[in-house]
Amino acid sequence: MAGTSLVTARERALAVLGGEPDDATLRRYLHGIPGVDAVGLEQRAAGLGTRSIKTTSKAWALDRIISLIDLTTLEGADTPGKVRSLVGKALNPDPGVPGTPRVAAVCVYGDLVPVAVDALGAAHGDPDDGAVAVAAVATAFPSGRSSLEIKLADTAEAVAAGADEIDMVIDRGAFLAGRYGLVFDQIAAVKEACRRADGTSASLKVILETGELVTYDNVRRASWLSILAGGDFIKTSTGKVQPAATLPVTLLMLEVVRDWHRLTGQRIGVKPAGGIRTSKDAIKYLVTVAETVGEEWLQPHLFRFGASSLLNDVLLQRQKAASGHYSGADYVTID
Amino acid sequence: MSRLAVPKTYKLFIGGAFPRSESGRTYEVRGADGAFLANAAKASRKDARDAVVAARGAVGGWAAATAYNRGQVLYRIAELLEGRRAQFIAEIEEAEGATRAVASAQVDEAIDRWVWYAGWADKFAQVAGGANPVAGPYFNISVPEPTGVVAIVAPQDTSLLGLVSTVAPALVAGNAVVVVASEHHPLSAISLAEVLATSDVPKGVVNVLTGSPAEIAPWLAAHADVNALDLVGAGDLDWVDLEIAAADTLKRVLRPERGPDAAAPALDRIAAFTETKTVWHTKSLR
Repeated sequence: MAGTSLVTARERALAVLGGEPDDATLRRYLHGIPGVDAVGLEQRAAGLGTRSIKTTSKAWALDRIISLIDLTTLEGADTPGKVRSLVGKALNPDPGVPGTPRVAAVCVYGDLVPVAVDALGAAHGDPDDGAVAVAAVATAFPSGRSSLEIKLADTAEAVAAGADEIDMVIDRGAFLAGRYGLVFDQIAAVKEACRRADGTSASLKVILETGELVTYDNVRRASWLSILAGGDFIKTSTGKVQPAATLPVTLLMLEVVRDWHRLTGQRIGVKPAGGIRTSKDAIKYLVTVAETVGEEWLQPHLFRFGASSLLNDVLLQRQKAASGHYSGADYVTID
Repeated sequence: MSRLAVPKTYKLFIGGAFPRSESGRTYEVRGADGAFLANAAKASRKDARDAVVAARGAVGGWAAATAYNRGQVLYRIAELLEGRRAQFIAEIEEAEGATRAVASAQVDEAIDRWVWYAGWADKFAQVAGGANPVAGPYFNISVPEPTGVVAIVAPQDTSLLGLVSTVAPALVAGNAVVVVASEHHPLSAISLAEVLATSDVPKGVVNVLTGSPAEIAPWLAAHADVNALDLVGAGDLDWVDLEIAAADTLKRVLRPERGPDAAAPALDRIAAFTETKTVWHTKSLR
């Protein structure tokens, strides 16, 4: 999939900011954004979580959830064999039920991208065409604590190995210290490193790690900053920090995406990741997306779930819907 | 000055917590004389589902505990029941219209059965398992292992004794239990759950549902994550249909029993919810 081109992204940022993206300008802009009404946000998120989803809508939602999943394995203990079995599951989530949709992408560490690309073979491609993309975490994931050169090399290597999407982490230390210009420049530089030799570009997901940003105001500022710097997606968390994705935080990020779309006409994606384990929770996110930015966002280019155990729960729910009785963990693959 | 009555809210027991029914439903529980006793939660299929999830999560740890430890935990329940004798006797008197002597006898018998089953925890493997003679230089050893998650329809005619007589033997081998209590006498079941919650039984090992067995049992019988089904109190239900539904996922099934001897203490009730694992091992490497 093609990311937005850097030139237009930078021009757009300059136009919105009204100046060069240095610390002072960014601080003036980001701190000029109204603060978040935390009580109202949580109330709104809780309200969105109470929608009654009945049988046919639920069946649609379950299939849609599968097609929006970035099936993820990000462990120190990942082996080529584990990535191959993950790819097998991505291509054919429920072998017993023909017609089960494929997931959008598999998400692995950069060094395992060649294994994932190889295992996908002809099925590697754009989720819009029914294929499965390869996403790689880069930039010293999950802490982001290394020099810019290493982060860029990390990114370029994953892209060269065939990654279609790069999940980068922002430098939370710099962000919390108020060095917004540094964070902006790093995102922009990683965006540049996502370019391939043929001029196309890997899609860039910017991980805010909302659990470390502490306040909703920070999440809103980091979301604006990441979008201004050229991120194609904003992603909640690495999954390594608690709390990871929560409904209020995702709602807040979707509101930023909605405001950005009104301002510039550009569509940015959102990816909640970490801690979404049940179909019931995932459906709440679908409702939140549909009622905040609109149903057109419920497609792999604009919304993803970063998850591993969620897929099995969705499969169990599908089996329940098909058979009329509750299913169990013995009837899906082991993660 | 007269005091306001403080009636107790009887809820379900799932995963170590006492939630209301997900459906929000309750039903009136009446004593033998028709007097209103309490509102009990009327569990739905989703409560049953949640209970199975809790049981599945707990069964690994409970099965991995040493037999000696399980015996100690079960014995501890008997100790706590003894401390609450008066409460259970009063509840049974009200619920069943029994005399004090009959109610006392039921509570005593229930406590004695806990103790009896607790004693078996580190002994039944010697009886149910063994070293098998084989024609070769091998040890051949059979050991009973827990079946997994056991769904139980408790005997419907007693408050406490039937429940204890079905739950305790399933726990001995290391199974986790989802039990549907007596529909008409559910209050002692929830009081027993309070005992379990304050004893050393890990949360989720025992889950108690109150409500209509006719409504809940078919969902448990067909549930693919339930490994065994004890229908001892399902004599008034379409239990043949339940058995057929259970066969779809190859569950172990115990059939209904009636009368005062239903679910009488027996080693067979422990062995019913075990699977025999047999291993071969060379006698020496010479």
